Amino acid sequence: MTHPIQALTPDDLPRVASEAQAEANSFEHTIHVCTAAGCLSQRSDQVKQNLEREIHAHGIAHCRVKGVGCMGLCSAGPLVSLRPEKTLYQKVQPEDAGAIIEHLGNAPVARLECETDRPFFTQQTRIVLANSGEIDPERLEDSIAVGGYQQLAHVLTDLSPNQVIEQIMHSGLRGRGGAGYPTGLKWSTVAKARGERKYVICNADEGDPGAFMDRSVLESDPHRVLEGMTIAAYSIGASEGYIYIRAEYPLAIKRLQTAIRQAERAQLLGRNILGTAFNFHVHMRLGAGAYVCGEETALIASIEGKRGQPRPRPPYPAESGLWHSPTLINNVETYANIAPILAHGPDWFAGIGTERSKGTKVFALAGKIVNTGLIEVPMGTPLHTIIQDIGEGIPDGQRCKAVQTGGPSGGCIPADYLDTPVDYESLNAMGSIMGSGGMIVMDEHSCMVDVARFFMEFSMSESCGKCLPCRMGTTEMYELLTRIVKGHASLADLTLLQELCETVKQTSLCGLGQAAPNPLLSTMKYFNDEYLAHIIRHTCPAGLCHFAETEQEAQV
Amino acid sequence: MMQSAPPLSAEEKRWRMVTATMRKNGYAPDALIETLHTVQNAYGYLDTTTLRAVANALHVPPSQVYGVATFYHAFTLKPEGRHRCILCQGTACYIKGSQPLLEAITKTYHIEPGETTEDGEISLLTARCLGSCSLAPAAILDHEVVGNLTPEHVLDVLKDWRTV
Repeated sequence: MTHPIQALTPDDLPRVASEAQAEANSFEHTIHVCTAAGCLSQRSDQVKQNLEREIHAHGIAHCRVKGVGCMGLCSAGPLVSLRPEKTLYQKVQPEDAGAIIEHLGNAPVARLECETDRPFFTQQTRIVLANSGEIDPERLEDSIAVGGYQQLAHVLTDLSPNQVIEQIMHSGLRGRGGAGYPTGLKWSTVAKARGERKYVICNADEGDPGAFMDRSVLESDPHRVLEGMTIAAYSIGASEGYIYIRAEYPLAIKRLQTAIRQAERAQLLGRNILGTAFNFHVHMRLGAGAYVCGEETALIASIEGKRGQPRPRPPYPAESGLWHSPTLINNVETYANIAPILAHGPDWFAGIGTERSKGTKVFALAGKIVNTGLIEVPMGTPLHTIIQDIGEGIPDGQRCKAVQTGGPSGGCIPADYLDTPVDYESLNAMGSIMGSGGMIVMDEHSCMVDVARFFMEFSMSESCGKCLPCRMGTTEMYELLTRIVKGHASLADLTLLQELCETVKQTSLCGLGQAAPNPLLSTMKYFNDEYLAHIIRHTCPAGLCHFAETEQEAQV
Repeated sequence: MMQSAPPLSAEEKRWRMVTATMRKNGYAPDALIETLHTVQNAYGYLDTTTLRAVANALHVPPSQVYGVATFYHAFTLKPEGRHRCILCQGTACYIKGSQPLLEAITKTYHIEPGETTEDGEISLLTARCLGSCSLAPAAILDHEVVGNLTPEHVLDVLKDWRTV
C-alpha cells in the first residue's frame, strides 16, 4: 500500500504525477470498471469484485482493476474498459468476469464488445468530462497524474487574482447553471465588492428532474471541482467556501467528502495551501429536497439553516450574500471548466463553440432515445446531431416529436426545429432555455398538454409560497390544464391561460415563477392543435388522455 | 468490583448521534438542517419532542424549527413503514411510464404518496428525480435502485414484502 500524500508544495506536484504515471505504466493491463451511480445500480461493484477475484485466481500479477467514473453510455451499463487496448465491454454481468480475464491479451469477448467508432464516442468534445471514466475518483494520485491541482499551483505562484479573472473573462465562459451569466464578470464583481469576509459557494443542488450532469461530475472527478473552487476563492479573496449538494446523491457526497479530506491532508485545501500564505476551507451543506434552492438567494437562506425562500435582488449575492458578505455562487460544471481554461489558455477555450457561447456543454440525454447517458458537445452543435447521431435516434421505429431542455423552467422544441444549435441565445429564441443540461426526447406517444401539466404540477408544488403570482398562478394554471386534459375546458380557458402565463412571468419574485410558464407557452406555441383537439373534439392525438368521465356526463 | 455504566438505551443512542452533529457544528443555529438530517436518519422521522429538544439546543425558536422541518421534502413528521417504495417522478420516468406504476400501487394498496399501509408495512413515497434517467422508469425499493420497471414487477416486489 502506498502512503497517503502529505503536505505538498508546487514543486512536488510533477513528482507525484510522474510517480503515479510510472505506477500505472507498471501494469500491462488496467481494467476500468464504471462505479458511477448508473452502473453501480446495475451491480458494477460485483463485476469489479469478481474481476479482482478472477485475476487473483489466475495468478496474474501485471493487471489491475480500477473503479472509475462515468463513461457516458449509461444505457449500455455496466461498462468495463480495457487499457491500453481501449476495448469497451457493455452490459457486463458479474458472471462475465472469468471470460474477460481469460481473453486478456487476446481477441476481445465478442458478445460483450461495444463498438467505439460510433458517433456517440467520436462526435463528443470532452473537456469537463475529460477525466470521467479515466481516473479513480477516490484516489488523489490519479487526479494529480492527469494534471490535477497543477493550475492551482500555477495560479498561486505565478498569477495575481486580477490576472486569473482576466483570463476567465477572456475565455468567454458563461455560467453552466442555466442563466448563462458571464463567469469572469461575476468573479470581478465579487472581487471588487467591499467586505471583510467573502464566500465561495458551489451550487450542486441539481434539482431539474431529468438532469444528472453535476452528480456525474462530482462522482467522477471531484478534485477538478475543488480545484476550480479554490482558484475562484484566490481570485476573489475568499477563505471559506460551501458546497451545497442534494442529500439525494449519497455517492457524490461520499466521494466529495473523501476528496476534501485527501486534499486537506495534502495541503491542497485548508491552511497554507501548497505552502503559500493562502487559506481556503470548504464545508459541505446537504440540501433537503427543495427545487427553489437552486435559486441563489434561496440557496443562501438554506445554507444559513432557514427555509429556502428567495429574497428580492438587488442587493445581489455578489454584494451581500451569505451572512451579508459578498458571495460568489457558481455551478459545479462552471468550476470544472476553470482548470482546463487556465491549462490550455483562454484563446483555446474561446475557439470552441459559437460567437456568444464558448466551450462545451454537458447534457444528460434521456427519454425516448436509443443511447441514454451523459454527453459533452461543443456549444452550437445542432439538436439533430445530438438526437440522431450521438443518441442514435428514437427506439422502436418511432418518430421524434419534441425535445425538452431546461426542465420545468425550459420549453419543448418541436421536431421541425431540430436544426436549432444548442447555445444560450438560440434556445431562448425557441422559447426554451439552456438550463443545467437535462435533455429529454419525446416521441409521438407523449401528449404535449399532459407534458405541460406535468411540469406545472412540479412548479406548483415546488413554489415556496412567498410571492403571490407564483403561489396562486401556478395552481390556477395547473387547474386549467387539468380541465383541458379531462375535456372540461372551453376556448375561453385557453385565453385565460395565455394571460396568466404573462402575469406570472412578469410579476414573480424569482426565477422559479418567472420561468414556470415556459413549458406551457412553448407547447401552446408549437402544439396549439393538440390543445384545440382536447378542448373542441375531446380527443388526445397521442391517445394518452382519457375522456371517459366527460362522455358519461354528457350522456347523463 | 468495578461497576460499569448501564448500557445506553436505543433512545439514548439516537440522541447521542444528534448531539454529535450539533457539537460538530458548534451548536450554531445554521446547523439546523444538518441536525434535522441526523434526526431523520436516527429516528426515521421528526417527532415533536425531538424537534423541541433541537430547538432548545440550537437556540432557535420552535416555530422556526417547525417551519424548516415542513418546508423541505426530505423531512417527514410521520413514522414510516417497515418497507419503503420511492417512485421516481422525474421527466424521463414520466415519459417512459411512471404514472401507470403509481396508479398500480395506489389502487392495489389504497395508499397515496406520503402514506403508509394500515399494517405499517409499506410506505409509498415519490421522488422528484433519482438521477437514474437511463433506467427509467426507476424506483428505490428498500435502499436499492431498480430500473426499467413495469407495474407487474413493482406489485410483485411489494407482495413479497408483505409475505416475508
